[in-house]
Amino acid sequence: MTTRSIGHSVQRREDPRLVTGNGRYLDDLGRDALAAAFVRSPHAHATITGIDITDAWEVDGVEAIYTFEDLDELMARPLPVLIPHPALTHPRTCLALADTEVNHVGEPVVMVVARDRYVAEDAAARIVVSYETKPVVVGVAAAREAALAVHDDVPDNVAAHLIQEVGDVDAALACSPHRLTIPLTIERSACMPMEGKGVYAVWDRDDASMRMWSSTQTSTGVRAAVAARLGIPLARIQCMAPDVGGGFGVKINHPWPEELLVPWAARALGRPVKWAEDRREHFVSSAHERQQLQEVEVGFDDDGRILALDVKVWHDNGAYTPYGIIVPIITATQLLGPYKPGTYRCEFWSLYTNTVIVTPYRGAGRPQGVFAMERTMDAIAAFLGKDRTEVRSTNFILPQDMPYDHGLMFQDGRPLKYDSGDFPASLAKLKALVGWDDFAAYREQAEAEGRKVGLGIGCYVEGTGVGPYEGGHVHVETSGQVFVATGLTSQGQGHETAFAQIVADELGVRFEDVHVTTGDTRRMPYAVGTFASRAAVMSGNAVAAAAKVVREKALRIAADALEANPDDLEIEDGVISVKGAPDTQISLSTVAVLSNPLRYAFDDAAKAATQFAGTFDPDKPPVAEGDEPGLEGKGFYSPTQATFANGMHAAIVETDPVTAEIRILRYCVVHDCGVMINPLIVEGQVHGGVAQGVGGALYERMAYDESGQLLNASFMDFLVPYASEVPFIETDHLETPSPLNPLGIKGAGEAGTIPVSAVLASAIEDAEGFPILSMPISPSELWELRRQRASAAAHSATTEGDR
Amino acid sequence: MIPSSFEYVAPTSVEDALAALAEAGDEGKVLAGGQSLLPVLRMRLNAPEKVIDLGRVEGLRGIREDGDTIVIGAMTTHDEVANSELVKEHAALLAKATAEVADPQIRHRGTLGGAIVHADPAGDLGAPVLALDAEMVIAGPGGERTVAAKDFFTDLFETAVGDGELLTAIRIPKHTGWGAHYEKFVRVAHQWSIVGVAATVKADGGTISEAKIGLTNMGSTPLRAASVEAALAGKSASDVADACSSAADGTNPPSDLNGDADYRRHLATVLTSRAVAAAAAG
Repeated sequence: MTTRSIGHSVQRREDPRLVTGNGRYLDDLGRDALAAAFVRSPHAHATITGIDITDAWEVDGVEAIYTFEDLDELMARPLPVLIPHPALTHPRTCLALADTEVNHVGEPVVMVVARDRYVAEDAAARIVVSYETKPVVVGVAAAREAALAVHDDVPDNVAAHLIQEVGDVDAALACSPHRLTIPLTIERSACMPMEGKGVYAVWDRDDASMRMWSSTQTSTGVRAAVAARLGIPLARIQCMAPDVGGGFGVKINHPWPEELLVPWAARALGRPVKWAEDRREHFVSSAHERQQLQEVEVGFDDDGRILALDVKVWHDNGAYTPYGIIVPIITATQLLGPYKPGTYRCEFWSLYTNTVIVTPYRGAGRPQGVFAMERTMDAIAAFLGKDRTEVRSTNFILPQDMPYDHGLMFQDGRPLKYDSGDFPASLAKLKALVGWDDFAAYREQAEAEGRKVGLGIGCYVEGTGVGPYEGGHVHVETSGQVFVATGLTSQGQGHETAFAQIVADELGVRFEDVHVTTGDTRRMPYAVGTFASRAAVMSGNAVAAAAKVVREKALRIAADALEANPDDLEIEDGVISVKGAPDTQISLSTVAVLSNPLRYAFDDAAKAATQFAGTFDPDKPPVAEGDEPGLEGKGFYSPTQATFANGMHAAIVETDPVTAEIRILRYCVVHDCGVMINPLIVEGQVHGGVAQGVGGALYERMAYDESGQLLNASFMDFLVPYASEVPFIETDHLETPSPLNPLGIKGAGEAGTIPVSAVLASAIEDAEGFPILSMPISPSELWELRRQRASAAAHSATTEGDR
Repeated sequence: MIPSSFEYVAPTSVEDALAALAEAGDEGKVLAGGQSLLPVLRMRLNAPEKVIDLGRVEGLRGIREDGDTIVIGAMTTHDEVANSELVKEHAALLAKATAEVADPQIRHRGTLGGAIVHADPAGDLGAPVLALDAEMVIAGPGGERTVAAKDFFTDLFETAVGDGELLTAIRIPKHTGWGAHYEKFVRVAHQWSIVGVAATVKADGGTISEAKIGLTNMGSTPLRAASVEAALAGKSASDVADACSSAADGTNPPSDLNGDADYRRHLATVLTSRAVAAAAAG
C-alpha cells in the first residue's frame, strides 16, 4: 500500500542543492553578459537640469549609456499602475529612467552598459547629473500635514482615500458605555531578501525572440510587462525565475525599471545584458513597507464587547503607487482578526512621501492592522480590569458563525468572508502552551528576584490564497518519471517538495519520481505569482487537478491494455493493477509509451507504440477524436474567494530594570492553516516569519533624515536579527480544513510575521505597566519612555502637593 | 558596490611597505585585515590610487613576551589575540574585549593593528588598549617611534600615525593577575558597541587596589574613566556602584539610531559598575 505523502514531514528536496552552494541564482547566470549599472538620484526631490555623460565614454569597455531621451515611445511611458482601484484617484508611477524630476533618493536616472560591472560602475561614477533640489516630504506625518507636495498635481499628497463602514458606527459610539481613543505608530521596514533583485536577458536577433531571467515572484507578469513595453509578441518572449534568494513580497512588484531596461538594452545591443542589484541599491531603489499612523476610537460595554470600532489610518505609500493600495486595504480589512465588532468603520488615506515606494512586505498591511486591533483589545482589558484573553473571547467569531461575512470588500475585490477557524479552540491551545494561567505566579517569583517580566498576546486572521488562478501541468514520460510544472515562482518555500507530495498522492507514484519546475513560462505560461500566502492553496490544488486528469487518462489506456474496467483499476508506486488481482498490471511508463502512437522507435520501449507492433486497433485512428497524444494533463484552480488562515501568538519578555534591554524568554505560536501538506515546511515558515516579525518589532527601521536621505542603508546600521536574537519558537497546530478547496489547505507563508509587533508590545506593556503605542521599540526608546513617565509622575506629585 | 580601480601592491618587508607608502603619498591606503577598508572602498567613500597590503609583510604578525611587556604584531588577527595564552595571562582585558569583536569570520580576518589605526570610536579595541596603558610602535621614514595609547587616539578616525607611517606593533605592559572584563552593550550580537566598558582591576582580599577603565563609544576617541579609577582605589570589590556613578563625567557620547547621548551616559555608569564587579570577581 502506498503511504500517503501529504501530511508527512518530508525533508525538503531542494535543500541539499541550496545549502551546498549549488543553487542557481540570477547572478550565477550569464557569466559573459554585458553588465548594467545605474546612476541614481542622490536627492529625495529635485528637478533634473542636465546630464553630462562625456567623461563616462572615456572609460574603456563602455558599450552604451542611456538616459530618458534614448527611450522609445513605449519605454518612455510611466510604468504601469498594476492594480487600479476606484479609490486610487491619483496614481503615480515612475519612468524607467527619470526625465525631469526625481522623487526619492535612489530613483534611476542613467543606465550604463559595459564589459563588466567594474567598468560600468567606473563609468557611472563619471556621469554628472545636475539637479535643482526641491523641498521634500519625509514621513507620513509631514505627508498628512501637506504643507509641501511630492507631486505638484496631487492635492494634499493623497493618492487614495477610502472609507468602508459596516453598521452605524457614529450611533453605536454615541451609545457605548465606554469609549477609548488610541493613537498608534508603526515604522518603516523592508523585506531584505538575501538576494537582491536581478535581471538577465538574451536577445536572439535571428529568431527575433527574447529569453530572460528575473529574480522575481512572477515570471508571467514580467514576461507580459516586457512584451508590452518592448512591443514583442508573447510568443517571442520567455521568462524564467531561477533559484530566488528570498522575496518576502518585494519581488512581486513588477516591472521594475531594470526589468524593462535590461531586456531593452539586450535587444538594442544584440548582446546578453545582466544587472544584479547590490545591497545599497536594494535599500534605496526597491521597496519598503509598514509605516502608518493610526487612530482608533472604540466603544464597548462592561464585558468588553466592542460595539463600535472606528479606525483612521494614514498610510505612507512612498513616492509612487505601482502596486496600488493593496497594503492599506489589507490593513483596513484584516484588522478585524478573529473578532466581530458590533459596527466597524475604517477610513484610510494613502499618502505620497519623497521616499522609496511601498509595496507588500510579508504580512502586507496585516501587522499594522493586527497591531491596531490587539492594542485596542489590551486597552479595553486594562480599562475594565479584565483578563486580556477574556476580552478577546468575548469578541470572537465562533465556529458556528462560519462562514462569517464581515460585509467588507477584501483585497481581491471579493467579500471578506471567513471560511473556517475555531478561535476559542486556538486560544485554549495557546493558553495551555504558554501557561497563561500560571503566569501571575511566575511574575511574582521574578519580581522577588528583582526582575521585570511581561506576558503578551496577539491574534490574527489572514486571507490567503487569493485568486484569480494558478495552473499545473503534469507529464508522465516513458521512463515513468513525472514532470510537474506550475507557473508561480519559488523563493525558497519548498515548492519542489510540497507539490511533488501532492502529485505523488494524487497520481499514485513515488515521491522520488516526481520532479517540479516553477516559474518557467516555457513550461506553464498561465500563472499569477507567489504572494499572499497563495502558492500551496493555488498551485497545490492546480497540480492536484492536473494529476487527476493524468490519472484518468492513464486508467483509460491501462483499461484498454488490460481489457479491464477503469473503475476496477488502482495505481500504486507507478504500477496500475486490477484491484484484487495485482498480477494483472501495467506500469505507468508502459502506459506513457502507449499514450503516444509512434512511427519511429527511438528506444526499446518505444517499439510497443510503433505501427507494426500490433498494439493499436487498425480500424481506429491512432489518436482518438478529441484525445491528445502523450500522458499529460493540465489543471487550473480558480476559487471564488480567499481562504482564511489564523493564528495566535504569546510571548514572555523580560525588560532590564536598569538598561531597558528587551529579552524574549518564550515565544509560543498556535497556527491554523488547515490541512498541512508538510508540517516541517509549515514549521519552517512559521519560524522564519516570527524571526522577521521580531526584526520588525525590536530592530528594523528605515531611518530617513529630514532631507530624505536614508541614514542606515547598509547592514552595518540597519539591524536585522541573526540566530543570536531570534528566540526559540514553540509551536502547536490546529487543523480546521478549508471547505473551499479539495485539499482543505490554507496559506502559511506570511503567518509567523503578522502578530509579532502586537505580541511584543503587549508583553512589554505588561512588564512595564504603561501603554506601548509605537513599534518598533529599542532599549533606548523604552528607557526614554520610563524617564518621561517618571518625570510626569514627579511633576504630578508636585502639582498634587501644591493643591 | 564595487571599488573604483586602484593599484595593488603587496610588499614583503616593512621597508618596502614604507617605500610604497612614501611613493603613493596622499593617494595610498594601507590594507590590513580589510574589515573596515573594503566596505569603505566598495561604497566608494574612499578611492585611493594605491592599496598597500600588509598581509605578506614579515614580522608584523605574532605575539611575544619582552620582559614586562607583551608585544603584539599589528597584523595579528583578533582570533589569534583572543585565544593567545600570553595575552590571556598578562593582558586578559584585551583577550576578553577581542573575543567580543563582531563575529567569527571578522575575527579571523580583522587585525589588532588595523582596528587600532582605523580608530572607529565604536570599535571595541581602543578602550582596552588605552586602559592597559599600551604603547604603539610606529615605523616611518625616519625610523621607529613609540607613542603612548593616551596620546595615540587624536580624534574620530584619527591617530598619531602620520603620513607615510605604519603601526607595526602594540606593546602592552603585563597586567598579570589583574581581573578583567569587557562589558559590551549591543542590540544584535554582531553589532558595533553602542557603549562598551573595558575594566581591569587589581584586587587583594576583596579590596580593589588599582582599577583601569576604558570606555568605548563615549566620545570621538576611546576614553579613560579617570574619576572612577580614583574612586575605586581601596574600595570593596562587592560595593562598586557608587564609585562608578561618575563614569560618564567628561564624556561626549553621540546620539544615533541606537540611542541618544543621555541613554549612553546612563549605560556608561551601569556598564562600568557591571564591568568592574565582573573584573573584580575574576
